[in-house]
Amino acid sequence: MSVSLTSAPSPVSAPATGLTAERFAAHLAQQAPLPAWWLDAKQVAWERFRALPLPTRTDEHWRFSSLKGISFDGYDLSETPASAAPHLPAFPHTAQIIYSNRQVIGRSTVPAELTAQGVLFCPLDEALREHGELVRTHLQKHPAALGGDKFVALNTAFAASGVVLYVPKGVEVDLPFVVQHAITGERQAAFPHTLVILEDNARATLVEFFVSGDQRTHLAAGVNDLHAGAGARLTYVGAQSWSDTTLAFQSNSIVAQRDARVLALNVHLGGRQARHESHSRLLGPGAHSEMLALTVAGGTQEFDQRTLQTHAAPNTSSNLLYKNVLLDTARTIFSGLIVVDPDAQKTDAYQSNRNLMLSDTAEANSLPGLEIQANDVRCTHGATTSRIEPEQEFYLESRGIPPKKAAELLVIGFFEEVLNKLEDENLHAVLRDLIEAKFKAK
Amino acid sequence: MADTEILGTDSAVENPAVGIDQSVGDFTYDVKYEFDAGSGLNEGTVRYISSVKKEAPWILDFRLKAYQTFLDKPMPTHWATKDLESIDFSKIRYYLSQGQKPKRTWDEVPDDIKKTFERLGIPEQERKFLAGVEAQFDSEAAYSNVKDIVAKQGVIFLTSSEALREHPELFRKWFGKVIPTSDNKFSALNSAVFSGGSFIYVPKGVKVAMPLQAYFRINAENFGQFERTLIIADEGAEVTYMEGCTAPKFSTSTLHSAVVELVALKGAKIQYITVQNWANNVFNLVTKRGLAMEDAEIKWIDCNIGSRLTMKYPGVILKGRRARGEVISIALANDGQHQDTGAKMIHAADETTSSIVAKSISVGQGRSTYRGQVHIPKHLKGCKNNTECDALLINSNSRTDTYPAITVRGDRHAVQHEASVSKVSEEMIFYMQQRGLTEAQAMSLAVNGFVNDLVSQFPMEYSVELKRLIDLEMEGSVG
Repeated sequence: MSVSLTSAPSPVSAPATGLTAERFAAHLAQQAPLPAWWLDAKQVAWERFRALPLPTRTDEHWRFSSLKGISFDGYDLSETPASAAPHLPAFPHTAQIIYSNRQVIGRSTVPAELTAQGVLFCPLDEALREHGELVRTHLQKHPAALGGDKFVALNTAFAASGVVLYVPKGVEVDLPFVVQHAITGERQAAFPHTLVILEDNARATLVEFFVSGDQRTHLAAGVNDLHAGAGARLTYVGAQSWSDTTLAFQSNSIVAQRDARVLALNVHLGGRQARHESHSRLLGPGAHSEMLALTVAGGTQEFDQRTLQTHAAPNTSSNLLYKNVLLDTARTIFSGLIVVDPDAQKTDAYQSNRNLMLSDTAEANSLPGLEIQANDVRCTHGATTSRIEPEQEFYLESRGIPPKKAAELLVIGFFEEVLNKLEDENLHAVLRDLIEAKFKAK
Repeated sequence: MADTEILGTDSAVENPAVGIDQSVGDFTYDVKYEFDAGSGLNEGTVRYISSVKKEAPWILDFRLKAYQTFLDKPMPTHWATKDLESIDFSKIRYYLSQGQKPKRTWDEVPDDIKKTFERLGIPEQERKFLAGVEAQFDSEAAYSNVKDIVAKQGVIFLTSSEALREHPELFRKWFGKVIPTSDNKFSALNSAVFSGGSFIYVPKGVKVAMPLQAYFRINAENFGQFERTLIIADEGAEVTYMEGCTAPKFSTSTLHSAVVELVALKGAKIQYITVQNWANNVFNLVTKRGLAMEDAEIKWIDCNIGSRLTMKYPGVILKGRRARGEVISIALANDGQHQDTGAKMIHAADETTSSIVAKSISVGQGRSTYRGQVHIPKHLKGCKNNTECDALLINSNSRTDTYPAITVRGDRHAVQHEASVSKVSEEMIFYMQQRGLTEAQAMSLAVNGFVNDLVSQFPMEYSVELKRLIDLEMEGSVG
């Protein structure tokens, strides 16, 4: 059932379904205890979401994307968390926050010695209440410029779940902070917003899992703001395994100041149609951004990945490696752009998209782009699309490994190049298991 | 010494053999036009052009439909440069000529036009190494001739207008079939007001040993040139076509918008060579595409040095099994220039292969852009594409962009794309300087080295000129 926005409110107070004006008003009322600037931002975002058109054919940011599957109609926001939350992989960590249908259902405390040093790892609403100014100065300060404005506006309008990780100057944390966002129930939606602030010379890892608690239809529109101060080292891992009927969107913004190093790895396994936008801005000399992604596309799934590497300061470097494995009639789109500003001399930028085709009906689209306005640079990009080398398959089969297993081993091998860039062995193993599980299910 | 040859400081300067040095084309003679469609474009302009050409009714219908398509299509500024909006269609003169019938000997060509082509060295080249020449002056060809030896093989080489009259059945069969009117706004404009261009038919099994050439000259200010070329190589035939162009430097802008269609039937080979050297006020918006049937081969060699803005992406539709398409592209963008070039490879049959090699050089505030499309649809097998694009940036304010789009369906293909951007290394310059070259000479040598493997694929006469031209463009670019 859907409620028209123009009709008068029904006298019977049945809960409105869909992301309607009534639903937004109700959400805003729930958020009332939070700072006024936050409520204003939500109001602006809601109006922006309503005003912005859906992406069209002529929008270059949406070239090759399937547009007819994009609709926000009929999704709902459950006020109660699902009784059974999906399993969260166990591995050594510093602290965890677990969300189910936008409610915190589990939380482990940050070790006292880190809290004493000023480390903050808490749900978004808590951060808004207790550290409002910190959130305000960093939230969406550098939004990704990749065409997903309508989704980002929707996220801001309804954002309630999400975490803030703040690590003060010089503090180094070895084990990762872990977050899980789960959606359960027919046509349920989530709008996670993650904010990571590493001050100068700080070091930390944040791992986020996005999962569906069942195989029903979900909507996910997430946004990340990742800030790495001068000399900071930030590792971010996002792994999504939404249900195969989920419409998923995620916007990643990475800002690296002088000599900062950021590594962001995104693993894409689920969703009917999943779009991921990632924008790295290298703002200080010596900054480095490592942008990595692994995708297993099966069935009729579509994975749409858009990236931007903006080199705005001299002597910065970036390295992008996006690997896709395609099965069945799946589609992938990789559209990447390296932008080198006129002053960003001595930039060293690399961008590579590798597509491994395991099916004769899958489709891989690559749009690797460059926009270079400085001459003393080293910028290269490459894109390849091919099948498994028959020699490699033959080698494994000649040693008695059955064809299916051989293909699986070769795919895992294809992904290892990326997974090996993670320093955390346990995390590496968790992600490999996750990918293998999807691949075995196929 | 080898270096004097490469640096082109000797005889090549006095010999405008191929006429691709821009200064060579920068002159204009006063010419009286008998036919003038006036400024601006409306249905009347289209009817006027069709009536002076005494065209069959179906051609007028075709033109009028195209005019409507042109009006309906938006400017492609959602992906292309906003500079396109500087084109004022109401100020352009769409048709200017002294007559509709080209002369077969240079003696018959009116003096004021003849002296233009003599100064550009066209009659001399024709004697030396060409099988046939067409010389277009504004809207119509002033001269068109093919050597007897080639004509006897059954090769048809006419202007498009003549071919429409004399070989309508052959023309109509392929006209607009490779590039539909509605392909883009400028192909629609061309389809509405086209005039001039070449028609070539090479019969079965005939291999034309020497190249055929067309030379396009813009003489009038505020002029728009819209030639239409159709080349058909029948089964097993082979032909090489070269085109050159110049225009004087006017203070106002000029529009050149051609449509070129190539059809290579089973086992045929077509090589199409362009050396584009329009003056820096010309908008050069050209649609070029070839259709390659079974075992056929189409090769575009495309060199863009002139113009204010060039947008040109030669393409090949690989329609028959084992067809082969190739694009070799060289672009040089200097101050005030934007070379937006690239290639398009549409695979439509099994075991088709395509290759794109694009190299660009941006000098001063010049901007070069590579745009490419490679498309391999489903149910095909054994298709291969290899794309390489390399950009060289000379000055700190030079700019380059690369926008490829690659679509591959299925697991039986191999596609790879690579691109790089670099500058001339200081070590390289230093090495040459310590051996006695000036910095400018060293830079020229390095740039020539960058494009050398592509330049060497041009016919000799062109490659010598190209090297010299690159030296000229590089003058004063360092320091």
